[in-house]
Amino acid sequence: MAWQWFHRLGSPKWFYEKTTAWMPWLLSISLLIIISVSIWALGFAPMDAKQGNSYRIMYLHVPTSIVAMAAYYVMAIAGGIGIIWKMKLSNMVMKVAAPIGAVLTALALFTGAVWGKPTWGTYWVWDARITSVLILLFLYLGVIALQEAFSDQEMADKASAILSLVGTVNIPIIYKSVDWWFTLHQPASIKMTSSSIASEMLYPLLAMIIGFYLFFTWALLSATRSEILQREIKTKWVKQALLQKA
Amino acid sequence: MSSSLHSSNPTVGKAFWATLKRDLKIAIRHRGELANPLIFFLLVITMVPLGVSPSPKTLAMLAPGMLWVVALLATLLSLDALFRSDFDDGTLEQLLLSPQSSYINVMAKVFVHWLTTGVPLTLVAPLLGVMMSLPEAGYIPLLLSLLLGTGSLSLIGAIGAALTVSLRKGGLLLSLIVMPLYVPVLIFGASGVRAAIEGFAYNTQLAVLGSFLALAIIAAPLAIAGALKMSVNN
Repeated sequence: MAWQWFHRLGSPKWFYEKTTAWMPWLLSISLLIIISVSIWALGFAPMDAKQGNSYRIMYLHVPTSIVAMAAYYVMAIAGGIGIIWKMKLSNMVMKVAAPIGAVLTALALFTGAVWGKPTWGTYWVWDARITSVLILLFLYLGVIALQEAFSDQEMADKASAILSLVGTVNIPIIYKSVDWWFTLHQPASIKMTSSSIASEMLYPLLAMIIGFYLFFTWALLSATRSEILQREIKTKWVKQALLQKA
Repeated sequence: MSSSLHSSNPTVGKAFWATLKRDLKIAIRHRGELANPLIFFLLVITMVPLGVSPSPKTLAMLAPGMLWVVALLATLLSLDALFRSDFDDGTLEQLLLSPQSSYINVMAKVFVHWLTTGVPLTLVAPLLGVMMSLPEAGYIPLLLSLLLGTGSLSLIGAIGAALTVSLRKGGLLLSLIVMPLYVPVLIFGASGVRAAIEGFAYNTQLAVLGSFLALAIIAAPLAIAGALKMSVNN
């Protein structure tokens, strides 16, 4: 009985119908959080003593970086479930998580570069964290490219699931290696942020992270839902669902 | 019946040797292809002084990283052919259908790939080191780090080769998906050589390369076998 929800997930139809009611809620709550926290963080949070106002891009940079990383694990875990239990839905989640994660990673790199210009005086440095995020982007691009290369959907799913699992094993190793490489080669003059952060700055950041997670959930679910419709287009229930909407 | 079936199954060691001997024989009969990664290695290293600067000082500074990056690229280019012909003529299917665990067969195939690309690249590297004005202290670490590192490169790269073997134009895609996974090996390989040149101990880097290889030997064949099964089944 306890595992019933898990078996139900095997049915894309059940998932589609179940999530229909959630979608507007997820979107409106996440947008509400992101917009109101943006106002709070940009207008009311105190200015940084050293960086002035430029630190405020942190409220975009940190949440995108965190969610970009989390998206990879969502993708890899979904891929693993897809391989082990042959669950159709899980393969769809894996497929749609890759482009969302890649966009978030690119956004994290972009906001990092914008933040780097006023604080470090340059858009790009070979900092350990920046380099790791760049490699994370390459891992995402690899999964997307592999997914696109196969004309057969089942093969594409299996191949990208294997690749994302291999990537998961590699991510900690890559992070540690790059970290080690950085401490060996670079003078430690550039530090991201001081270890402590004032609570007036921290609370909006935490709220923003929650907002971004909710928005990511919405994006993931809505992309999964359209993937379901695309793959199940020949079934009766999809035709009915589409007719109802029209 | 079951006993006769059992006795007809070769042991694990025999299966490994059979695959190894077959692949080595094929590799030796295609001698021209054996030389290709080496010629590529030589050509790209020749481009460096032409493109950057022939001054020994500049070359010496670039040498550890350049030698490692180009050895990595040469390995990458050789990967596309790793399972290709066996996939095309159906050998791969038979190999996966055989009663032996596919781990052993895959291991033997990758081992041959290492013997025919990783080892020659390692042996040629000191010669190219001379062309790159690599300081004297760098030769032994270059040999050792490449010897350990190319093993990991073959194993990790074979995952990519197995994933893309059923695609007609898998070559570029293969490089795209494998290269990010090569980052740790490159970092520790090149930095080991650099540390030796600067007069530091390099056994940490070698130890880490060895642990990468150990991890790759345990885990990579599983992913390769899974990917090959996926490629053959459809």
